[in-house]
Order: sequence, then structure tokens, then C-alpha cells
Amino acid sequence: MKLRGKVWKFGKNIDTDAIIPARYLNTSDPKELAKHCMEDADPEFPNKVSPGDIIVADSNFGCGSSREHAPIALKAAGIACVIAPSFARIFYRNAFNMGLPIFECEDAVKLINEGDEVEVDGDTGEIVNLTTGKKMKAQPIPPFMQELIRDGGLIPHIMKKIQD
Amino acid sequence: MSRPMTIAEKILADHAGLDYVEPGQLVEVKVDIALGNDITAPIAIDIFKKAGVKSVFDRTKIALVADHFTPNKDIKSAEQVRMLREFSVDQALLHFYEGGEVGVEHCLLPEKGIVVPGDVVIGADSHTCTYGALGAFATGVGSTDLAAAMITGLTWFKVPESLKIVYNGELQPWVSGKDLILYTIGDIGVDGALYMAMEFAGPVIDKLPMADRMTMSNMAIEAGGKAGLINPDDITKEYVEPRATRPYKFFKSDEDAQYARVIEYDCSKIEPQVAFPHLPENTVGISEVGVVELDQVVIGSCTNGRIEDLEVAAKILEGKKVAEGLRLIVLPATPKIWSEALERGFLKIFADAGAVIGPPTCGPCLGGHMGILAKGEKALSTTNRNFVGRMGHPESEVYLASPAIAAASAVLGRIGSPTEL
Repeated sequence: MKLRGKVWKFGKNIDTDAIIPARYLNTSDPKELAKHCMEDADPEFPNKVSPGDIIVADSNFGCGSSREHAPIALKAAGIACVIAPSFARIFYRNAFNMGLPIFECEDAVKLINEGDEVEVDGDTGEIVNLTTGKKMKAQPIPPFMQELIRDGGLIPHIMKKIQD
Repeated sequence: MSRPMTIAEKILADHAGLDYVEPGQLVEVKVDIALGNDITAPIAIDIFKKAGVKSVFDRTKIALVADHFTPNKDIKSAEQVRMLREFSVDQALLHFYEGGEVGVEHCLLPEKGIVVPGDVVIGADSHTCTYGALGAFATGVGSTDLAAAMITGLTWFKVPESLKIVYNGELQPWVSGKDLILYTIGDIGVDGALYMAMEFAGPVIDKLPMADRMTMSNMAIEAGGKAGLINPDDITKEYVEPRATRPYKFFKSDEDAQYARVIEYDCSKIEPQVAFPHLPENTVGISEVGVVELDQVVIGSCTNGRIEDLEVAAKILEGKKVAEGLRLIVLPATPKIWSEALERGFLKIFADAGAVIGPPTCGPCLGGHMGILAKGEKALSTTNRNFVGRMGHPESEVYLASPAIAAASAVLGRIGSPTEL
């Protein structure tokens, strides 16, 4: 699994209220949620983001609420993956369950700038900053998790397996 | 073959059918209660239906609580609650709460004895960790994990390392469980317990009332914790015995259990705490706050909406008036608390002071309704999060503190202590 995209950068402790404010949680429609993705961290983000873009953030990304609407909103906004030194544990689990790949990498936040083009190899965990040429390493995603992501998340993955 | 274990490890081992577990191990465990609310359950119900499953694993072990945007704040919210209601009727769920029966979930479930010591509880709500105060392993999950548990009655966990926090010394005047947990988060940070089970212990915890214990466990998630446990004792028993709807079991950490880290605090040196915007870790002692004028004060929530919290606030507000131009909103967390606050005269005190008294709801805590902040407004709240935009406009501010500080601040019109009144 290879992902390539333009980077949006965010700081430490990006919470789920920043990813998708609770005032929009009277729906779970992905398209509606995408319209407000990251709005309280950057009001222009929903207009600026393009499909395939990548978020690079500092530690403890996704802290706060258990709302699955957070990875749903990021995925529906077109975010290909999130790279951070650490993730809040409920968000970590929800992201994979929703089929949003996330990578734990210590160095990305230091070696990648906003607007850089990066390539992420899910099999090896290698991240290359194509703009600067710098390389870094994340935890690779094991094959069964990659399959889960390709199927669109845990539930579509299980349904497919049952049908097989 | 065995090993000394923490309370978290013992409960997980018991529910996995194993003699022992160790940190890092992946285990599949039986779930005693699976919880969802009006925001998170609709996604789980959708998944349940799409999976083509006929019935839940056990109709007595699922709790759906419509507490977040209720009384329904708009049409979409009403539709979400309808989904819960129809599913609950269809599946004949024993524990569905709305209308005059609903309370804030993490106050309601312990009060009704639906969660008990020794349980494994998963909830599609991050403050599910509250039940750690009863000696249960309880943690927040997403809607997909909730759906899977509703179908199978099982869930998987990576056994967490444990972080033990020992509270020594004597509590100072007006210092509560809220102040201890805010102080702790201020010390270790909002990711200080990431992936870990926190365990609150020591002589101060041994004497701490259940309401304060639940406040502490409730905010374990604000330090990134997976759970926030307290070893059950006589105080737990006194609370649980008249309420429990099922048999319960006390698990306790072994003396020689292993911890990733042990932290000790001297509570004699801890004063009432205030968390400044926009993270719960931005704590300072009340003496260092300076002048922060307020537009709103909120007393309520799963953190501090219990009868003991209202009692403290009522004692401070008795015979006093809320400062001019400040809005005080009081939300008793459950119908039983509301009724008791009425009987004991607390609601009269709040009304005479000029407070708005609302129904049990999460409402303003998450910026839902019933107390939303305009641009630039400042609120002090007994709730658990002060993230950007948490209670309204992205340029509003939320300060977190105890009910005592909240009540005193409502009278002063700025953040202050009962000692100033």
C-alpha cells in the first residue's frame, strides 16, 4: 500500500472537538461531517483540503471524545492518512475500524513542512518527503490491517469475509 | 503459574477466562454492559442492521441512554433518539432511557446499579471510564466496537500497563476529587497516561466519598488513560449494596503488582485547581488565577452533577445572589438527583440566587445546547473538557473547576474561592 499526497500540518493534542465539533453531531452522514472537518483548528480547512492529502501532526492526535465521527469526517474529507508521534487510544482504534490508515512516526512532524509532497509505504513503514528528499520510518501496517483498510473498515471487511 | 496483578489485570484475566494476563497481551473478554448514547448509538444501530443480525447477544446487557442532545434540540437530534427508541423496543432492551427517566449516562448507570464492581464495561462514550471508581474495568470505544459487542457480547483489548498514583497527606479546605484529578492531569499532561490504566490509591483515596471517586475516574481519559480504577472497599460496598441489580465481585491489586510508574502526591500542598483554556492540563492553583471575569458558570455533567456536588454549591449559594450579568446554569445529572435536590431545598436556593435550573442533560458540556457561548465569552464549568469551541463559539473560553469554585465564582462574577465570600 503506497500513499502519496500533499501535507497539512497540525500541532500537539489535536482533539476530536477540533476534528469534528460536537455541534455537528446531530448527523453521522459522512458528507455532512466532511464539510466541518478540522473547522475549529482551521476554519478554511474544509475548503482547502483535496482528496489524497495527508495530515502530519504532533503527539496525542485525536484526544478527547470516543466519537467515530472524527475518523469518518477525515476520511470523507479525502484525507489519505494521518502521521503523528502518538495517537489517543480510542481514536487509534476507531481510525482502523473506519478504514483510515494512521502511522506512528516520531520524526515526521520535524522533517515535514506544510505543503510538502510525501510518500508513505504501508508495507515497510517508510515515509519519504519528496520535496526535501528526507526519509523517516513509521510502524508498518500488517497485511490483515491493510486488507481491512482496503475493504473500507472493520465492518465491510467482516461482511466480505462472511460472504467469501 | 501465576503472577501478581493489578486490579485492571485481574478483571481482564477473569473475563478472558485466564489465570493471569500481562501488559501487552491481546485478550478477548466478555462484556457485562455495552453502552451507547444518542450521538454514538445511531452509527452502531446502522452497523447492526447492515450486518443482518436478528437480535442482540443479551437484551439485559445493553444500555442506550439518550442524554446528549436531549430534550431533543432539533429535528436531526429527535431522529437520532427515535432510532434508539425503535431499536430498544424492537430488541426489547431492558435499559433504554429517555424523557423523564433519562439522566447523564455515567451518573445514571451506577445510581441504578446497572454497572457493578468487577464488570467489564465498554461504552461508546469516552467518559465510560467513570465506573473504574466502582472497581470495574470500563473504557470508551467507538460505535463500531459497540456494534460488535452488541452482536457478540465480546470485545478485545491489549492489556494496558498500569500507572499508580498515590495521594498522601490531608485534603485542604474546599479541595475535592475534582481538584485532585485536575492537579494530576496538570502534572502528567493530557497524554501522561496514554494507553494506560490509571489506579488511584493512598490514604486520601481510602477516605474519599464515592461521588469524588467517580469524578476522578471520569477524567482519566483527559490524561489519555484507558481506565481509571480504584480498589473497592467499604465505601464502595456501602454505595453498591443497596443499588446492585446483579451479583458483583471485588477485585483488588496485589501488594506486589507491577506498575509502569508510581507517582506520589502530598495533598496537604494541593489547593483548589482551575484548568485554563484550551486543555485540561493547563491547571493552576486558585491563588494564582488572577482576575478572570466570567459570563457563565455551569454546574452539572457526568463529572460533577451528583447530589454531593449540588449540596456543596447550595451551601455556598444560600442567601446569596449570582453576580449581575452572569448566567448560572445548574443541571442535576439524573431525575433522582433532581428530585432529591428539590426535597432538600437546593433548587430553591439556586432559584433564589438567580440560577437557571435545567433538566438532566449533557447539553452545554459538549456545546450541544442549553448554555452555548457566544464569541469571546468566558465560562467556568464543572465539566471535563475545555477544548477550543467545546461549549460554543471557537473563540469562547472554558475554565474547569470544582462545584465549590463554580458556586463562589458565580457570586463573585469572576473566578474565585468560597473563602472570598
